[in-house]
Amino acid sequence: MRDVAIIGVKNTKFGEQWDRSFRDLVVEAGVGAVGDAGVVGEKIDSMFVGNMSGGQFVEQEHIGALIADYSGLAKDIHVPSTRVEAACASGGLALRQGIYAVASGMDDIVIAAGAEKMTDVPSAKASSALAAAADREWEGIMGATFPGLYAMIAKMHMHKYGTTSEQLASVAVKNHHNGQHNPIAQYKSQITIESVLKSIMVADPLHIFDCSPITDGASAVVLAPADIAHEFTDTPIYVKATAQASDTIALHDRRDITTLDAAVAAGKRAYQMAKMEPKNIDLAEVHDCFTIAEICAIEDLGFAKKGEGGIMTMNGETEIGAKIPINTSGGLKSCGHPVGATGVKQAIEIVQQLRGEAGKRQVDGAEVGMTHNVGGSGATAVVHIFSRDR
Amino acid sequence: MSVPRFWRKQIARYNLVGTHCQKCDEYFYPPRNMCPACRREGEIEDFKFSGKGEVMTFTVIHTAAEGFENQTPYVLGIIKLEEGPSLTSQIVCDSKEAYIGMKVSPVFRKLGQDGEQGMIYYGTKFVPENARN
Repeated sequence: MRDVAIIGVKNTKFGEQWDRSFRDLVVEAGVGAVGDAGVVGEKIDSMFVGNMSGGQFVEQEHIGALIADYSGLAKDIHVPSTRVEAACASGGLALRQGIYAVASGMDDIVIAAGAEKMTDVPSAKASSALAAAADREWEGIMGATFPGLYAMIAKMHMHKYGTTSEQLASVAVKNHHNGQHNPIAQYKSQITIESVLKSIMVADPLHIFDCSPITDGASAVVLAPADIAHEFTDTPIYVKATAQASDTIALHDRRDITTLDAAVAAGKRAYQMAKMEPKNIDLAEVHDCFTIAEICAIEDLGFAKKGEGGIMTMNGETEIGAKIPINTSGGLKSCGHPVGATGVKQAIEIVQQLRGEAGKRQVDGAEVGMTHNVGGSGATAVVHIFSRDR
Repeated sequence: MSVPRFWRKQIARYNLVGTHCQKCDEYFYPPRNMCPACRREGEIEDFKFSGKGEVMTFTVIHTAAEGFENQTPYVLGIIKLEEGPSLTSQIVCDSKEAYIGMKVSPVFRKLGQDGEQGMIYYGTKFVPENARN
């Protein structure tokens, strides 16, 4: 298997983009990433596009072909393009498929992208599309929503470990603080623990400020074999590990509702592949679709002891400059969560950090970073580790 | 949800009929076609659950799922049945009344409806054990 490097990256702005279409967003991200890598179209061997629900959000399937077409990669050069779907982990999984293609030796230059256009439908329709990531027949039919499922995780975490609403809120406060310095972020406004607790209740104990928003956006990276990465860039970022795991689709079938076993398994596989431990990771982008999700994530990945994720966040240990900076980009909470794009955007944040291009969000001396992308309430987890050093 | 999609699972939803694996003696609700532990070696048979259980965790939903708007706030919980499996269902009680560990029993209730002229979905919800049905 060959070593793989990221040689180009590009995010669109994340937010409500009424004036732009799904294809506009994807083309901007794809063309930007290719430009960043200095690659020409004829050199591209394949592309993988993470997209959760084009069929429901923009009534468009056959996303792989659409994107190849509108990127100018379909006619004449006929670049193969594949859509990858794993709910909110679609982006992370598209990246993983791209890494597979390069690592296997089948392809050299590969684009891994992710995109979602969520605001072309009313929010009730968007919520209904998102609910398809859970078990429609046995959760959805009972009136379960995604905030509702994560609220049940939160309620149990509070019951078992004494986690408080203030600790949950401190995740959102920190991520908004980081996001103010991210040019792509949807929300740059600052919030406080009090404002989170005063915001309307969506599903007890989760307030609306505990939830990531509905967002439009696209992200793309260009991958190449590590052996030739320096032909394109002075700062290739190397893929040290790619790992994926599955768990039951319904929350009620889990071994322990407060632990995402898929994330634990993917994390373990990633640490093993990279020959690393949690202490080797300088920063991580984790899937904070809800504040409780970040608390579970830092526990599941070994950055916090089980049950201590909330208190660790409240104590500031996950801020930039502290023990383990989490979600320096602002996370899904502040950047927004265009579901299919998120996993790729997480990787771009790590690339920018490891290149030293993160501006006011920069983690000093960052050498190794991790991403953690979750689909549904934890049925899919994708974990990557990236490094400046090969 | 389409009529055939609902109809196929009618018996399971109305009567809490799940499955039991004779090989490993595990019980499953919602029902499974294959034992997830024994896989192809498993021997699955239908099993009707008593419905007695307790609330493992719950939430009070204020922003409803599509079609549930006129029910808010509603209590959604994960119920652990006494035979072992857990399921997601609504708990019919005052939202302040629910707590983790609360003993519940099943009731037959309307779950929802496809608009004014559409199909009505029925199924099992739960009530606090000593409540009147």
